[in-house]
Amino acid sequence: MDPILIAIILGAAFGILLHKGGVTDYGRILGVFLFRDFTVLKIMLTAIVVGGLGVHLLVAQGFAAWEVKGADLWPVVIGSALFGIGMAVYGYCPGTGVAAAATGRMDALIGLGGMLAGGVLYAYTSPTLLAAIAGRANLGKVRLGEVTGLPSWAWFAILIVIAGSVFALISRIERRRAAGRPPE
Amino acid sequence: MPNAPSPDHPGRAALSMSRPTWNPYLVGAGIGVLSWVAFAWAGKGIGMSTQISSAAALCVLPAVGTEGLQANAYFAKHMPKLDYSMVFMLATAAGAAISALWSRSWRPRLMHEAWTAARGTTPWPRILAAFLGGMVILYGARLAGGCTSGHGITGTLQLALSSWIFFLVMFPFGIAAAWIIAGRRPGA
Repeated sequence: MDPILIAIILGAAFGILLHKGGVTDYGRILGVFLFRDFTVLKIMLTAIVVGGLGVHLLVAQGFAAWEVKGADLWPVVIGSALFGIGMAVYGYCPGTGVAAAATGRMDALIGLGGMLAGGVLYAYTSPTLLAAIAGRANLGKVRLGEVTGLPSWAWFAILIVIAGSVFALISRIERRRAAGRPPE
Repeated sequence: MPNAPSPDHPGRAALSMSRPTWNPYLVGAGIGVLSWVAFAWAGKGIGMSTQISSAAALCVLPAVGTEGLQANAYFAKHMPKLDYSMVFMLATAAGAAISALWSRSWRPRLMHEAWTAARGTTPWPRILAAFLGGMVILYGARLAGGCTSGHGITGTLQLALSSWIFFLVMFPFGIAAAWIIAGRRPGA
């Protein structure tokens, strides 16, 4: 199938899911960091478990290949820290920001301008920055199984237990809050 | 026409397009299934920050020209073009807009109660925060090699080490920044 047609179908489905999931709402992104709303965690952990099981099966059957990003520690750690700060300040992440701007959120649209500026800044400053921090502790494009020796199915078992525990905890917190406060 | 649908409206199917929200677990499962299709059909998972860099290249193109972009090591690898990733991003915006319009929740607005409760109703601080936050988040995404989609979902579901580092580092820094910005309880 034409890749552009695939992009239209998958992109539109992703946009619909982001909006229906409620994560185009500033309050839900900020809320997960403030422990007030757990929608982001519910969506991400479910997507990781469901998506992961299927993609592992696809790769095992030869229908897909891994597409793993490199673990060059300093750029990944510093970039992830900046990302977390930026996500709290912006109130969206790149995907939800694009989607939210399309639903009328002006702050998301302004942040899109900021992201474009950030892209330009990165293009012109990253060669200098990377010269200083890249390659000092590069573990390469590795998966958890290769690093730890534990097979992927064991990692998924661990992941399912963690996700299940988080969901149970969230549900308990939500029930307690619902009981303790008048309905909004 | 019926009344505006609410999340708890019992008269509508759980996944009706006219509902403004769906069950988040079902949405997460949907994104998971979307990842299967993306890997099988497109050869890669869901991602959003690479194409924003290409869009940034498009923004400086009038100022520096094609030669200027080629001269930059990063832009030379992210020349603006209407490829799979760029169309995916545009379609994401279209899908979100359709979803909002269909459920009658499309509404232009700048301020959110979660911000005003802690920081007041003056718009300029929020405008500045949105712009600077956007700058920092994309810079971080490019440095880390992905965003909440590329690392947070596509990478973690492959059990990639880099993506789990992203997941575990991003959250504490987000939590710290959010509490500084809006940790104050309304009325506290």
